[in-house]
Amino acid sequence: MTTLDISAPGSVSAAGDAVLSFEDLAVTFKTEFGDVHAVKGIDLEVRPGEVVALVGESGSGKSVTSMTALGLLPRNARVSGTIRVGDKVVGGLDGRGLRNMRGNDVAMVFQEPMTALNPVLTIGDQLTEGLQLHGIAFGKLATARAVELLTMVGIPEPERRLKQYPHELSGGQRQRVVIAMAIACDPKVIIADEPTTALDVTVQADILDLLRSLKDKLDTGILLITHNMGVVADMADRVAVMLKGDLVETGTADQVLNHPRHEYTKRLLAAVPHLGSGPGQFGDVAPVAAAPEDLPALDLGNLVIEYRRVGKPTFRAVDDVSLSVAQGEIVGLVGESGSGKSTIAKCALGLIPAASGSVSILGNDFTKMRGKELKALRRRIGVVFQDPASSLNPRLPIGDVIAEPLVVHKDGDERSRRRRVLELLDAVELPRSVYNRYPHELSGGQRQRVSIARALTLDPELLVADEPTSALDVSVQANVLKMFTALQERYKFACLFVSHDLAVIDLLAHRVVVLQNGKIVEQGPREEVLHHPREEYTQRLIAAAPVPEPLEQRRRREARHALLTQLGDDVAELRVEDDYERPTPRQDQGGNPSGLGGLMGAGGN
Amino acid sequence: MSDIRNSTSGGEDYEPQLSATSTDAVGLAAGGSAGPLPGEDKSYSQGQLVARRFFRHRGALASMIVLGVVIVVAFTSIGVGPIPGWWPKGYTLQYDKIGDGAPTWEYPFGQDTGGKDYFALVMRGTQFSLIIAFSVGIISTIVGTLIGALAGFYRGWIESVLMRMTDVFIVIPLLAVAAVLGQMAGGSGILGLALVLGLVTWTGLARLVRGEVLSLRERDFVLAAQAVGTSPWRIISKHVLPNAVGVIIVSATLSISSAILLETSLSYLGFGVQPPDTSLGTLISEYQSAFTTRPWLFWWPGLMILTIALCVNFIGDGLRDAFDPRQNRNKD
Repeated sequence: MTTLDISAPGSVSAAGDAVLSFEDLAVTFKTEFGDVHAVKGIDLEVRPGEVVALVGESGSGKSVTSMTALGLLPRNARVSGTIRVGDKVVGGLDGRGLRNMRGNDVAMVFQEPMTALNPVLTIGDQLTEGLQLHGIAFGKLATARAVELLTMVGIPEPERRLKQYPHELSGGQRQRVVIAMAIACDPKVIIADEPTTALDVTVQADILDLLRSLKDKLDTGILLITHNMGVVADMADRVAVMLKGDLVETGTADQVLNHPRHEYTKRLLAAVPHLGSGPGQFGDVAPVAAAPEDLPALDLGNLVIEYRRVGKPTFRAVDDVSLSVAQGEIVGLVGESGSGKSTIAKCALGLIPAASGSVSILGNDFTKMRGKELKALRRRIGVVFQDPASSLNPRLPIGDVIAEPLVVHKDGDERSRRRRVLELLDAVELPRSVYNRYPHELSGGQRQRVSIARALTLDPELLVADEPTSALDVSVQANVLKMFTALQERYKFACLFVSHDLAVIDLLAHRVVVLQNGKIVEQGPREEVLHHPREEYTQRLIAAAPVPEPLEQRRRREARHALLTQLGDDVAELRVEDDYERPTPRQDQGGNPSGLGGLMGAGGN
Repeated sequence: MSDIRNSTSGGEDYEPQLSATSTDAVGLAAGGSAGPLPGEDKSYSQGQLVARRFFRHRGALASMIVLGVVIVVAFTSIGVGPIPGWWPKGYTLQYDKIGDGAPTWEYPFGQDTGGKDYFALVMRGTQFSLIIAFSVGIISTIVGTLIGALAGFYRGWIESVLMRMTDVFIVIPLLAVAAVLGQMAGGSGILGLALVLGLVTWTGLARLVRGEVLSLRERDFVLAAQAVGTSPWRIISKHVLPNAVGVIIVSATLSISSAILLETSLSYLGFGVQPPDTSLGTLISEYQSAFTTRPWLFWWPGLMILTIALCVNFIGDGLRDAFDPRQNRNKD
């Protein structure tokens, strides 16, 4: 393929030699409220060709740990302990040495591929920048190497892609480019910080396949940071579980996932919803009580929603969707990003107008109502949004937040409102003392409970929940789901539950509707759709969802590969030519050309 | 990195007790409170957190004190309207000149060419400059906030009309309009002048507020409020504007300092405050020729202008840091 001017293939370190190791690592942040110990003395190592998964919930210090390996921490951080990358000790390097190490010895794959790539530079510029900074290849040679890298990560038409900008690529392709950048200088170890969290399940499965083949073929060590136990089961050789800055358990994937020893790991695993297990994991869902002749709580008939865009043709987000939610029934609306599921939820709330078709709530057509009638109808719908950080007004104390719907509808006096709020706080299992607190004082899970309490303030007959647990940690999600099922049993509201997480839908919904590109692919009772899917798209979707059990996940992965082959698709993997030569940096020749800082040089202290 | 700063401390539901004081505005765990929660636990609102951060900004705090002293001295020394002050000399009376009128113990700021007590004159000028500055600040803030909020919240044709109007106000040369209108309004005293200045300087704030509101209206809590049927007015006043208050207050302080400078330039050009009343700009313009021979006639009003403008800017700086903790550089 290309003729790179490389003297010798990089020496692969003998197995057993750690490519990345942390010894007694501790990190402290100085803040205005005193010191915060983010990492409290941990030991961890990654060997060549090995995937070590660092698992923990948000705030456990896993990202901080990985950032220390790159020397990329904010200035208020104090690091102690020894971090070795290959044979270098990170703490002993100056700015130049650190820049040299980043990319060459250790590279990073970030969570959000859109923000990890610079939107105003072409893919080619960003790929060649790292090569040139590290003196691996220049000019035409660098471009040739970039083409080679894109081919390796499975991006079609690499020559054309080089001239494109990040926004012209899909999310999955962007993440492939980020991976290509990470392997550009042939690092010994790659740190992947939640590499698939921002991606759809099917894309996630592809990226994981790619990463797996990467470590097999290039013998790179991978430190995988994730909160998703399914991803861990799919990828990891060894697992390290972090809790509040401490490592509580390490072991092989099989040991940790199937025979956890520490209390926390056990609880963490018990909290993961398991696709295929159906309801009953976190409390039972009440059967639908409504008789067929009752009015449906929500009825969408041939709904079309369009977004008008200036200077471009109108975009049809939802195309001819008909579905209904019976009283007391939970309907799960599933789809990947861009499938129009949130748009449907917003339309059911009357927040965006329908281009055609009907939206009726308990027999009242939303599209034909105005003023007072509309306001009265809105009382009967509650809403829970995804992001607990933005769904509560930061200026209002919790008591006011929950009482707000009562105030808007001029219900009751101050005392009865207060009583109602306290009653709801009990129902969502929050202490009454949060009444006078502000949203920023609560954790994400607590805020989402407040959100649910607010949605139930007016005793709605229909609840629209738009990804209510997607932003939460698994253990918090489990508690919120448990509470949600209990509330549904008690208040018997109907619910349109939007989610991308099939496992959550599996344990909650009575019926499931699968969306793709604004159209309904399949709908029916839960068991039928999720356990015996008829449509190809649903099959792919279910096959791509990882489960937190290594052996079962391997079986599922092989079954998925078989399915893909049967459907005529390729399985994603790193394409390495037989004569692939590992690049070696020519450190003292090119020096550091004064270019744009870019990924590799960013943040030099 | 955002993981560290903005996420809440999770895994919390594992604690034996549900702790509610876990995170502050910056999102860093406050040391994991243990023990059961007393009902009347100390709870910091956003406003209290802002105040706390503001009072830790030394420059802003010092400026606040200096500005406070200037305001108190300016208004109490020679009195306001009929109320007499503690300073024995008036600003209209002519006294016997001591020497060439240089500062003495008797006349700390010196005397002007006609023998008037310059301390009293400068205090009078400071009073007027302050009144104008604060009135302009308040008027332009109200107008700018209203226009920005309406344009940002309603979008559509309302936004087009309001923002085109803003554009028109921006392209008019400020000094020229203020000069012409100011002279016309000069008859109704300094408040007339302040009103005119306020009505032509709201544009920057309107754009800022509009931008802020545009992003706030897409936040989930606004959608949630709409979904329960909250009226637009209530959404703007209860949910949107309180969250934009950081931008508004910061911009208001900065518009106060620029109003002082604008008034000074206008008065210097002779279009501002007219004699026999006086302002700091008028004083400078009146005695500009005395700069070389009797420099104190120039320096005292100049120093006052500098002090006030600097203080207000520092306070604005402190407020901006207090409202936006992410901009706060950690000084360790």
